[in-house]
Amino acid sequence: MLKDKDRIFTNIYGHHDAYLAGARSRGDWDDTKTLLGRGRDTIIEEIKASGLRGRGGAGFGTGLKWSFMPKEITDRPHYLVVNADEGEPGTCKDREIMRHDPHKLIEGCLISSFAMGAHAAYIYVRGEFVRETEALQRAIDEAYENSLIGANACGSGWDFDLYVHRGAGAYICGEETALIESLEGKKGQPRLKPPFPANAGLYGCPTTVNNVESIAVVPEILRRGSNWFASFGRPNNTGTKLFNISGHIEQPCTVEEEMSIPLKELINKHAGGVVGGWDNLLAIIPGGASVPLLPKAICDTVLMDFDSLRDVQSGLGTAAIMVMNKSTDIIAAIARLSAFYKHESCGQCTPCREGTGWMSRMMNRMVNGEANVKEIDLLEQVTRQVEGHTICALGDAAAWPVQGLIRHFRPEIEQRINDAKKQSVAA
Amino acid sequence: MNNSNHDPHDLEQFIFSEDTLAAANAEITKYPEGRQASAVMPLLDLAQRQCNGWLPRVAMDYVADFLDMPPIKVYEVATFYTMYNLAPIGKYHVQVCTNLPCWLRGSDDVTAACKKNLGIEFGQTSSNGDFTLSEVECLGACVNAPMIQINDDYYEDLDGITTASILTQLAIGDNPQTGSQVGRNSCEPTGGLTTLTEINIRGSGEE
Repeated sequence: MLKDKDRIFTNIYGHHDAYLAGARSRGDWDDTKTLLGRGRDTIIEEIKASGLRGRGGAGFGTGLKWSFMPKEITDRPHYLVVNADEGEPGTCKDREIMRHDPHKLIEGCLISSFAMGAHAAYIYVRGEFVRETEALQRAIDEAYENSLIGANACGSGWDFDLYVHRGAGAYICGEETALIESLEGKKGQPRLKPPFPANAGLYGCPTTVNNVESIAVVPEILRRGSNWFASFGRPNNTGTKLFNISGHIEQPCTVEEEMSIPLKELINKHAGGVVGGWDNLLAIIPGGASVPLLPKAICDTVLMDFDSLRDVQSGLGTAAIMVMNKSTDIIAAIARLSAFYKHESCGQCTPCREGTGWMSRMMNRMVNGEANVKEIDLLEQVTRQVEGHTICALGDAAAWPVQGLIRHFRPEIEQRINDAKKQSVAA
Repeated sequence: MNNSNHDPHDLEQFIFSEDTLAAANAEITKYPEGRQASAVMPLLDLAQRQCNGWLPRVAMDYVADFLDMPPIKVYEVATFYTMYNLAPIGKYHVQVCTNLPCWLRGSDDVTAACKKNLGIEFGQTSSNGDFTLSEVECLGACVNAPMIQINDDYYEDLDGITTASILTQLAIGDNPQTGSQVGRNSCEPTGGLTTLTEINIRGSGEE
């Protein structure tokens, strides 16, 4: 188990002062000038060596992503955009960083922006997080007042401005190009790639979009070294990670743990176990609504990291763990997610706009058993026609939960249909 | 907010109040020269707050003019994002999350308590204009489920009884406790901390 001395987010529960004095006592802003003095390339190499993979869901190497930014700064300024549009069902980790450890994020923004040659960064916070935005803005104001950011940030000679932009309620803006569109004052509809944001992002300028948690861990990695960070978890799955554990457990919570911790251990150690005991477990969605669920047999042994979860046809996603015990109507649970994706499809691509509606309507009929057993295959086929046929990953995200349900709980769907048939015959 | 006694249906004109104007100009400075359209979302939010929680057409037109944008571009934004209300709304906008993590922990009870206490269904406003009830998607407080948002605040770790209590307090003009309703500070486990318990660790954070 991870020791407290190796935890990065030491105020995640907000038991201590979230602002500058408290942050400094936790080690933030400690000689940031020297960190910056290592130079752009050294910082990027250190982050690469740490093995840090993006914490927003896709798990792309953070250092590698940064290295895609142009080396030379031309007349097109570089931007860092921080994705704080936290809306993946089950996910509530960035919220705690913003309201309880905002200076980790702000210092991370300065260092990351410097490494990518950006003099300005925007933090795009979901619109509903009004109080979180206020906390973050207060911390940013403090950082400006103390010359930690702004002109000659931390005495480094680097000028850096940091702005908060609040969204207004659209899950799709968590997709990086939709977020950029939204930041430009438009509807949040994803862009075709290429061009990738590193070439043409915000205002057509080189841009990198990173998740809050990815950026907030950067200063600690640089202070303690890439070897320290890489010593946690398995190779290619390194570091510490915030996990959100919700649903049918005794003590729902957010906790920072070592990557690759067994799912069962994580739940039993920190969340007080499954309601009714581990044997009462039905299924777990391990990484936010977009990843396929896992039945208990897999949960017994699976490790919480990118590769382990990919190997069981699911994913780490945002590491938002939704636990469902045997009291759950699993078909209704997934139908609820289908309704979510139908609501959040931006409507740009036909397979997603129409497909999410199809999947949602079919799932609703499956809940009541008002379907033909053959339609399970039809539903599966619809998911395959959405998956991979859209500009962004929302189509995939809508398809995968349904595929996971059919993969692991087909007998339950069939039984629901057969029971409904029997009932209607009896009636 | 100004015009608090003004029926927004009557709005034929809109102009930023002095405070809103200052806030709007501050928003615009966040974006590069010539990119003022980026401020459309914060400005619509400001306009909505000035109009008692909704966006009449004249306010959208005003924002379009303010930012030198074609009105249609502003309408596109205002209709795309769920937080812009295009019709008058109650003084308290009660938004119930019914997504999976909240549902697993009893959002059905929260929904029932809201409907019963307010006497309205989703999408309706109480006859005195105090409450509008909405069903919303995940609000990002899932380890504190089930939860609701009322105006700018979250109310978490709810059940039917605490939900009714919050609504009753608001109805009589009280300020109910925001955040967790079971005494949690935030997202820590209820049964006591399982981490961050070692004393004098680096950065324990005591001032």
